[in-house]
Amino acid sequence: MTRPVRRLGALHPLTPGGHWAAYLILVLIFVAVFWLNPSFAEPASLMAFVKKAAPLVVLAVGQYFVIVNGEFDLSVGSLVGAQVVIAAKMLNGEESRTWPVLAFMIVFGLLIGLVNGLVTTVLRVPSFITTIGMMFVLYGAIRLWTGGAPTGALSVAFRQVGRGGFASPVGQFQIPWALVVVVVVAVLAVSLMRRPFGRTLVATGDNPRAAEFSGVHHAWVTTRAFLLSGFLATVAAVLIGGYAGVTAQVGAGLEFTAITAVVLGGVVLGGGRGTVPAAIAGALTLEALFTLFNQLSVPSTLRPTVQGAIIIAAVAFAALPRRHRSRPVSGAVAPEGREPLPAAG
Amino acid sequence: MSLNGRSTYPRITRGVMAIAALSLMAACTTDAPDESDQPADEPAPAATEGAVADTDSEWFVLADYERQLAQRDVTPEGPADQPWLQMIEPELVDMSEFADAAPGKTLCFANASVSNPWRVTGFITMQEQVKVLQDEGLITDFRVSDAADDDNQQISDIQAFVASGECDALIVSPVTTATLTPVVESACEAGLPVIVFDRGVNTDCMATFIHPIGGYAYGADGAEFLRDNLEPGSTVLALRISPGVDVLENRWAAAEKIFAESGLEVLGNEFTGGDGATIKDIVTQYLQRGDVDGIWMDAGDGSVAALEAFEDAGKPYPVMVGEDEMSFLRKWDETAITAIAPVYSNFQWRTPILAAQKIWAGEEVPSEWVLPQQPITADDLKAFLEANAEMPSLHYAKFGGEELPGYPDVWMNR
Repeated sequence: MTRPVRRLGALHPLTPGGHWAAYLILVLIFVAVFWLNPSFAEPASLMAFVKKAAPLVVLAVGQYFVIVNGEFDLSVGSLVGAQVVIAAKMLNGEESRTWPVLAFMIVFGLLIGLVNGLVTTVLRVPSFITTIGMMFVLYGAIRLWTGGAPTGALSVAFRQVGRGGFASPVGQFQIPWALVVVVVVAVLAVSLMRRPFGRTLVATGDNPRAAEFSGVHHAWVTTRAFLLSGFLATVAAVLIGGYAGVTAQVGAGLEFTAITAVVLGGVVLGGGRGTVPAAIAGALTLEALFTLFNQLSVPSTLRPTVQGAIIIAAVAFAALPRRHRSRPVSGAVAPEGREPLPAAG
Repeated sequence: MSLNGRSTYPRITRGVMAIAALSLMAACTTDAPDESDQPADEPAPAATEGAVADTDSEWFVLADYERQLAQRDVTPEGPADQPWLQMIEPELVDMSEFADAAPGKTLCFANASVSNPWRVTGFITMQEQVKVLQDEGLITDFRVSDAADDDNQQISDIQAFVASGECDALIVSPVTTATLTPVVESACEAGLPVIVFDRGVNTDCMATFIHPIGGYAYGADGAEFLRDNLEPGSTVLALRISPGVDVLENRWAAAEKIFAESGLEVLGNEFTGGDGATIKDIVTQYLQRGDVDGIWMDAGDGSVAALEAFEDAGKPYPVMVGEDEMSFLRKWDETAITAIAPVYSNFQWRTPILAAQKIWAGEEVPSEWVLPQQPITADDLKAFLEANAEMPSLHYAKFGGEELPGYPDVWMNR
């Protein structure tokens, strides 16, 4: 039996479970940041924010592909760290090596994604375990290779992507290349999700059995999701290496932040729900939250607590099953924001 | 049941499992700070902002502070060109009970970890020093255990060394102070000479405790430099790695006291985890809100990122406190900033080996061996850059290994 749906009209997506909830949280946090520090709204400050946030946005998009498919990729932090260290060691400051090293990094990132995908699908290891294992393998291998301290240096050309930009046609500020990269990645990701691959990805995450029954080659879909995650982790590594250079612990903990960003954007852990723009909103929200902490001078000992509380509240708000809908017929993907399905029985 | 091996747990269960596992992983991550490895056992200190009185607090002991600052001006005893053998105000103790002239010794070392580039550099130097004594025949076996920053692991490592009965001397670089005290005492009771260096323990049973002057002196070196090179009313931003790490807290406690008495305005002290991206972001945000005239850091990790933040924001460089890490020294030279590099003398990794040699020879060693801690100033910069021209950027200039046999390849090609 259906319960009557309260008609909220245009505000419906903002309610708990609605797919605009992620954007509402983002707007609220930005309003708080602007209110505390009006100079944040200046183009130069906003562009600096974009440069800082770009690696996490790209990582969140990569993580989105994997999570919406019902899997996890916990190796991205180690992969980012490994890529930056590999780049520094191979480049050793030589400008001429920039493009070959970038090509190598992309191949390496895709290779790691491929291994993750194949171990998960062919060897049937749960992706959680596969990618944790890969995280440790990468971490140990890099430490072994560098003897514990990264050597070499990134070339100036390499660092331009994450650190540099071009003069804006209007106004006096610099548009960072990082912004261009983020926009391109976002546009490509959104259009990919509209293609059959994208819909299959979500369907497989939502109900693998039904997807198999409808002829989806599940192993290849999942592997491609991991390939995308590895590739985007490489892009994030280029951005981070450019922004901050090489330090001993680059990349540590990023997988946790990326998953937090994706979940904050309303993507459900376990797959089947969520959109790319929402994942990007989640990443921007998290970065804006860090900025807010800084502006409020929240004591560092309190920040993890506040961050955890906000994330739990935001996830509860954005990802609760909708109370005012009937339970969908098992196996069918419930469309969002539409009329309720006919009751089952 | 599953169709193709994939789990068909309901979504809620998978979500809960995932969150539980992520929480577990978050609990397992640590940020490893610089020279000191683990947060001390003491609880996190009270707020360190605001007025600092001349009374003792958890991280500030006035007597130690004044002693360390005074020790900076004391001329050390010993050869000036071998600072790892110099001693400041030593109280020599008779070691004849351990004297044993026979060659072929087994030297055991319980290492806290090699989890940061400072420790990696120091450990390479220590190994090269051991090779010198191995070539002389004094040492035949150098056994090392690495506790990976885990207290319990180090306790069991030391117990294993003691139980084996084969160590002719035991060197310990403790993970944390209080937790390692009982096992060090039991090692002393077993009758072998115990040499503690880097971080201390709460006992004096060991043969000698080797360390540079200390955290208060380190923090003061930087803070006094800022005070002397900035006008009163200038703004200073303090960047710190982690709270609750005793060596780092001492550095900040000293700096805070000096800033409070100096007329400089401290904009804030932020924890960065030593991460370059975090440092750059924090400095950028402060620059958006106003000028930053000076930067004080409790260790050199990410110092280059802090300077780059000024470049990216188009602001003039600050007066800078870094460390003897090569990347900072090179950036300093390249940008011609006003800066100082305090050091936590990396050559202290040579001294325990030489102390073991002295003890076996029956010579006297100080109960507390205080090594010099001389910051690198603009006058010394060129010399250190030339001496370390081929070294990697995360190498420490005061490593003290220039006349050891492996120089320079062993450090260059680590």
